[in-house]
Amino acid sequence: MHKKKKWLGFLIISPTLVVIGVFVYGFIGATVRASLSDWNSFRKLLSGEFVFSGLRNYERLFADWRFQTDMWNTLFFTVFFLLGCLLIGLILAALLDRNLKGGRIFQSIFLFPMALSLVVTGTVWRWFFAPGILPNDPAGVNVLLGQVGLKSLQWGWFTVTDTIGPFNLALVPVIIAAVWQLSGYTMAMYLAGLRAIPESMTEAARVDGASGWQIFWKVKWPFLKPITLSAMIILGHISLKIFDLVYSMTGSGPKNVTDMPSIYMFEKTFRSNRYAEGSAIAVIMLLMVAVVIIPYLVSTLRKSD
Amino acid sequence: MRKKYGNLGIYIVLLIFSFFFLLPIYMLLATSFKPLVEIGMGSMWLLPKQPSLEGFTDSIKRLSPNLLNSFLLVIPATIFSCILGSINGYIFSKIRFRGINLLFMCVLFGMFIPYQSVLFPLIQFLQEIKLYGTIWGLIITHVIYGLPITTLIFRNYYMEVPDEMLEAAGIDGAGLFKSYFLILFPLSIPGFVVAVIWQFTNIWNEFLFAVTITSDPKKQPITVALVNLAGSQMVQWNLQMAGAVVAAIPTLLVYIFLGKYFIRGLMSGSVKG
Repeated sequence: MHKKKKWLGFLIISPTLVVIGVFVYGFIGATVRASLSDWNSFRKLLSGEFVFSGLRNYERLFADWRFQTDMWNTLFFTVFFLLGCLLIGLILAALLDRNLKGGRIFQSIFLFPMALSLVVTGTVWRWFFAPGILPNDPAGVNVLLGQVGLKSLQWGWFTVTDTIGPFNLALVPVIIAAVWQLSGYTMAMYLAGLRAIPESMTEAARVDGASGWQIFWKVKWPFLKPITLSAMIILGHISLKIFDLVYSMTGSGPKNVTDMPSIYMFEKTFRSNRYAEGSAIAVIMLLMVAVVIIPYLVSTLRKSD
Repeated sequence: MRKKYGNLGIYIVLLIFSFFFLLPIYMLLATSFKPLVEIGMGSMWLLPKQPSLEGFTDSIKRLSPNLLNSFLLVIPATIFSCILGSINGYIFSKIRFRGINLLFMCVLFGMFIPYQSVLFPLIQFLQEIKLYGTIWGLIITHVIYGLPITTLIFRNYYMEVPDEMLEAAGIDGAGLFKSYFLILFPLSIPGFVVAVIWQFTNIWNEFLFAVTITSDPKKQPITVALVNLAGSQMVQWNLQMAGAVVAAIPTLLVYIFLGKYFIRGLMSGSVKG
């Protein structure tokens, strides 16, 4: 390739590189800097004076009961959200891989929540799980449960403060809503993987007398393993920074049962003007996402070379 | 015979899943078409006795300025980010020099970051250039942070175009610009459809930038207005649900009519949220 062409190419992408350099990396740097400052009031921010205060904001956060709850909530939300999406996605993909009549319609039903805003999802599911005043005046799904004779399943949903160890049970409805929205995505990923498996391989296994179950685990699953990993990383990074859904569906909830780092960051920064602490939360969120995403990016691009 | 029954079982499982996927949608539609007098708790799972457009007319009246804002935001932001993505994707797919893959990776990282980690400096910047609180501030934000994904979509798309096609043009004396405009650009329509749909859907549905960059209710996009509507009208569920339907319709229409391309965008390693 001509040298001139290379330079011209570099010249063409350089505005993008500069913009990304400033707005992604420069701004991350500014956030890190703010997280090390004492800008915890509007007056201090306005003074423009940077007083280095070390890791004090981080120390304060990790000692903060609400932030500890946020970290636990993120952990449990991520684990159950991933399990739900992977399991349902895999089941649906395995069922739809047989080119059934009407399979496309089912596929559309399972995938359409992906086109919705998380805010719409949150609004709808808030009404769905709105508990009302139990037991006399239930709302939402509690009404339905009462009407079909499952009164014993009526529950306070996202308003309960019950826990199992550090797991807040109020997260369950939020996890259900998130799985509802994103399991179709896992299904589509698995389905694409299944359809890429050469017919001859499954045919050969069938000729050898393998059962459908054996074919799935011995022949198909090896192809689906890398897809599972990609799905885990993509879904995992979504759940680590989840905001819209929780904000519109439940907010922090009583005793922060459904609080998330993103919501705490939002309140610290935009409601109580504690910019430095808000920035510290943002940096912690970034680190969590980076740990998951950077190895993924490196390995994906190495493969494409 | 056995095979037939086997499929029957599959259909039953699929129908059960469909039931759970559609249950909230049934509730959403049933509630949104009820007049306010029917919003009793006992009847919440019944179809409306007297279907009414009350919720819709009311919510459209309240949300129409915000709907307009969303269109004013989404259309330019989508167009700009897709054009830039196409040019970037061309270079990243067809020009090779040392370190270009590393540069691409650094660009790509920008689409995965939690935007909280750039939000505070971004708002300070927008305040400085006097675009804080405006639709144009949001447009610029979405164009910039949309660059990684649109670049990725076009790069993947152009990777499929054989290099020989461009080289043939190169021999004819077509330069970098010419081979883009004469050869690649005309082939790009499907790539543009995928990228436009992706950006349209994502920007329409976005909430974090929208709620932090605009504070004047008259300037807020639909997603923020929907959350505010829900927060202020706890009892009028028909209004809220109708509002949710209104906010969802543009992207749902895109999904219904152009679903194939939407899925392709989804699969190009792209992410929601």
